Amino acid sequence: MNSAATQPLVLPFDVMRVRQDFPILAREVHRQPLAYLDNGASAQRPLAVIAAVDDYERHHHANIHRGVHTLSQEATALYEGARDRVMRHINARSRNEVLFVRGTTEAINLVAQSYARPLLKAGDEILITHLEHHANIVPWQMVCEQTGAKLVVAPMDVHGEVHAEAVEALMGPRTRLLACAHVSNALGTVLPVRRLLASARARGIVSLVDGAQAIPHMDVDMQSLACDFYVFSGHKVYAPTGIGVLYGREALLERMPPWQGGGDMILTVSFERTTYNALPYKFEAGTPNISGAIGLGAALAYLGTIDLAAAHAHEHALLLHATKVLSQIEGLRIVGTAREKASLVSFAVDAVHAHDLGTILDQDGIAIRTGHHCAMPVMDFFKLPATARASFVFYNTYEEIDRLGASVRRARAMFR
Amino acid sequence: MQLADLYRDVILDHNRVPRNFGAVEAPSARVEGFNPLCGDHLVLTLKLEGERIADIRFEGQGCAISTASASLMTEAVKGKSRAEATDIFERMHKLLTDDTADADDAALGKLAALSGVREFPARVKCASLCWHTLASALAVKDVQGHPAVTTE
Repeated sequence: MNSAATQPLVLPFDVMRVRQDFPILAREVHRQPLAYLDNGASAQRPLAVIAAVDDYERHHHANIHRGVHTLSQEATALYEGARDRVMRHINARSRNEVLFVRGTTEAINLVAQSYARPLLKAGDEILITHLEHHANIVPWQMVCEQTGAKLVVAPMDVHGEVHAEAVEALMGPRTRLLACAHVSNALGTVLPVRRLLASARARGIVSLVDGAQAIPHMDVDMQSLACDFYVFSGHKVYAPTGIGVLYGREALLERMPPWQGGGDMILTVSFERTTYNALPYKFEAGTPNISGAIGLGAALAYLGTIDLAAAHAHEHALLLHATKVLSQIEGLRIVGTAREKASLVSFAVDAVHAHDLGTILDQDGIAIRTGHHCAMPVMDFFKLPATARASFVFYNTYEEIDRLGASVRRARAMFR
Repeated sequence: MQLADLYRDVILDHNRVPRNFGAVEAPSARVEGFNPLCGDHLVLTLKLEGERIADIRFEGQGCAISTASASLMTEAVKGKSRAEATDIFERMHKLLTDDTADADDAALGKLAALSGVREFPARVKCASLCWHTLASALAVKDVQGHPAVTTE
């Protein structure tokens, strides 16, 4: 016996084992093994999620919060169990702080209309940054139009970094709300949210963090972040589409009026007066996406079964490998070179438009995103109509990235 | 479905060296085509002398398919009458969207090189943007009031 038997073994992340959990990764596209590098747009589902949704649909479906019959009680228990799972995953203080919504976009619109709109006066300011997704721009522009408030945009530098000082410099006496991404979807930049949130809170500014791109790649802890609203979509973290989460600090949610009226969000209704239900139901009018919520609960439970620290380290290693492989290609420019990035690389290739690149890579079985990534101000900043974006999660491999590199070279040769 | 069917030499050539790139001075019509999801954006200007397209140019940015399609289009319709250009537009529309259309329509000449696009449904909108922009430009005579065209 050697000493290995008594020392804890540090195992590298077993990517090949984890890939077995995602059935879609075994398929072929154009007779090539699929290399799915479009996780920033939507991640794939593990069997655990597919099975949980299937089990619900086969055995437990009924409407929730309504029936005294067995199925309704089972469906309610599964749906509310998913809420508890989300609460634990993001370390919310209470299940009342976890609202199910359609996704990040709906969550931001809810906060804009239900929190910001009643509060804002003409001349008040909403502070965002230059690298936001359209979903974190347009709802604020709409509420500005409705109230006469002003949208203030904090700059980014040529690396696609947002500096805390630059944002803080724009926090003024009229700033009512700070809304910023945790991770940029177009560039991969990780923003200094902890500091920004602390600065905002010190000035009495309420904050919203768009966590759509952060939730798959890092620990997201509501207590250590100390933000007021945090929003994300289920499908970027291995759950089905059409379900997402609005985390809100309970004291704020209590004060906010409901966003939509209907069933489930009321206590009593008469034609003279309606009283609203308590949190979280006040914001969940109508029959929600029950199977989606159950799928999201199952996705987060699945993440609990893998070594997440090792998975995130693997994702970082993939980022470094992709950066190295792509930087070696002549005529390729990486767009977004922040010091701290999540596992995605946006790039442009001389004389090859991103859409042509996307078509050529697809023929090689490689799925990437091409376009403006719903971040037109970012594209304008870098004077590009579009970029190609490869985004990785823990089930991706070095080999897939090497294939990406070879395919980009092939595209470049075609257009030379 | 082969990449070589899509990116034929004539398309790569017109992408590399677009013909009639720029703007016509004092145009009879100026119409913008824009596919916001792609970022493809072109401005088409043309000069009519009577019923004849005396000059036509395009500028903007886009993928190889949209650039080559616009370049080939300007070559094909320059000097043609409005009716002839409309006929070419209709043939092209059929070529790009109808699987049963003759991929070697002799009336289309070099434009037939774009027939490979229909095997790539996601790219049909790239090839057709300039054509719908042309149709809009031919539909009205004066320079004002053309709404932007999109094929998304």
